[in-house]
Amino acid sequence: MSVARVTAYYVLLCLCSVVILFPVVYALLISWMDGAAILSGRLWPENWTLANYEAAFQQAPLGRYLWNSLVVASVITLGRLIVSSLAAFAFVFLRFPGRDRWFYVCIATMLVPWEATMIPNFLTIQVLGWTNHYAGLIVPFWAMAFGIFLLRQQFRQIPHELYEAARLSGIGNFRFFCRVVLPLSKPSLATLTVYSFLDAWNMYLWPLLVTNDDRVRTIQIGLKQLQTQEIASSWGVVMAAAVVAMLPTLLLLFAGQKQLRKGLMQGAIQ
Amino acid sequence: MNERVSPVFPPSPWPGRATQAARRTAVKSWVEGMMYLSPSLLLFGVFLFYPLGRTLYLSMFYTDYQGKPTEFAGVAHFAELFQDGAFWHSVKTTFTFVALTVPTTVAISFGLALLVHEKRKGIGVFRTIFASTMGMSVGVASVIWMLMYNPAVGVINRLLSTAGLAPVSWLLDPDTALYAVAAATVWMNIGFTFLLVLAGLQNIDPSLYESARIAGMGYWRQLRMVTVPLLSPTLFFVATISLIQALQTFGQIDFLTKGGPVDATNVFVYAIYREAFVNYQFGFASAQSIVLFFIIALVTFLQFRFVERKVHYQ
Repeated sequence: MSVARVTAYYVLLCLCSVVILFPVVYALLISWMDGAAILSGRLWPENWTLANYEAAFQQAPLGRYLWNSLVVASVITLGRLIVSSLAAFAFVFLRFPGRDRWFYVCIATMLVPWEATMIPNFLTIQVLGWTNHYAGLIVPFWAMAFGIFLLRQQFRQIPHELYEAARLSGIGNFRFFCRVVLPLSKPSLATLTVYSFLDAWNMYLWPLLVTNDDRVRTIQIGLKQLQTQEIASSWGVVMAAAVVAMLPTLLLLFAGQKQLRKGLMQGAIQ
Repeated sequence: MNERVSPVFPPSPWPGRATQAARRTAVKSWVEGMMYLSPSLLLFGVFLFYPLGRTLYLSMFYTDYQGKPTEFAGVAHFAELFQDGAFWHSVKTTFTFVALTVPTTVAISFGLALLVHEKRKGIGVFRTIFASTMGMSVGVASVIWMLMYNPAVGVINRLLSTAGLAPVSWLLDPDTALYAVAAATVWMNIGFTFLLVLAGLQNIDPSLYESARIAGMGYWRQLRMVTVPLLSPTLFFVATISLIQALQTFGQIDFLTKGGPVDATNVFVYAIYREAFVNYQFGFASAQSIVLFFIIALVTFLQFRFVERKVHYQ
């Protein structure tokens, strides 16, 4: 390519980046401004201040919200890894009557939008006494058809001879699963971890239904609370909270972006 | 995902005329297999199949405010639903929203992925930037866009007034609210779809481009003759995911407009939510949920069939 074309290409890339990054940079800039500057509609802070961050942590239990989200998203992810990998193992390595039928049952769950089940689920959670409990936020999301497929794809790459050899030397299924299958499947497990964590962190409607107590509310609901309370007075505080809330997922995404890109299509398309 | 389940194994050896020992092995293997499956099946049963059946059941009853069925309604809810102007309005709003977001999301992420598909200096930075909105949760994205749309202090109206244009009350005007929410949604979803399309592009065998170049094809012809046909399963998959996601939109609506102004953004799931958890009409809301289930099941099913065909052709 000629120099002019290369320059044009990079200019185009930069333009796209500016458009995509704009909302984030805007939030950052606003979070560093004092109230007067925001009301005057400036884009660039005159007096840089961290007061909004202090206020965000003081006026709302922001730390608590973040902690709740971290616990909920982590435990959902861990549960999904365990539950999905057990099922995927059975579908790939074990032979038993009815196995393929159960596999189609798992496929069928993909047809059901979660919202079509939320009313009875809400009532179930009430009966179980899980409203305002982590359990109510976590347990319903442990089973995941996508996770089963993704891991099944990966497990099938493992040579079946390995399994036969393990059997012959008297290694049980569960030991084979823990010692051989899981270590060999790290890439897919990592993909599922990143995807699942982002997905769980992003949940909004379900936490809205089953929590009304700050002690278990997640950050999404926390932002909503903050926004409803603060809207007239201080956008700076809301933006500071938003910046804090985006940090964990952004960091995870930067670390896991490549893994995610390589791994997702495996479960999806193949 | 639709191919036969166990190509790795020789055909299964359950004996037709089972001896006692063989039967015992079969039972043992069944018990063991089910132990591995039971967590998934149990959870699906309790939190997916049971509630789906229960939703269907509730949709045929009048309920009290605790969701207990009180009186059999038959298909009354559905009859009422299909004659209800508000229902059709929310259907129309949802599909307008789909039409606004899905093609835009797919087109933009396809364009971005094409830009950074080839390995060049510093390309990793741009890939990361383009994927970054995937790290924006619904709450974060919504509050930021809410401020941007703010009529008094938001940046969009500031830019408009700098350009000498009249201010617009983006989220408060029934004519613009849905577009405004759609724009925020597209931005939010680009990161994920971009990653998927990029992955699809990188699955295309580079030697095909080599041959195309040797055959003297220019960039645009390569795009049309090589990239688009080979990427079509990915694009179709991404479009379906975006479609299903758009049909289930809730969070950004609750943040930005609460279904308003005058129901201009009252999409399907928001309508269900309001009916069930604000008005406590669980029966009626269940009927709406069943309709949503059929729409999404149909879309997903069609996608399965499409992928199946693709697999056969390969």
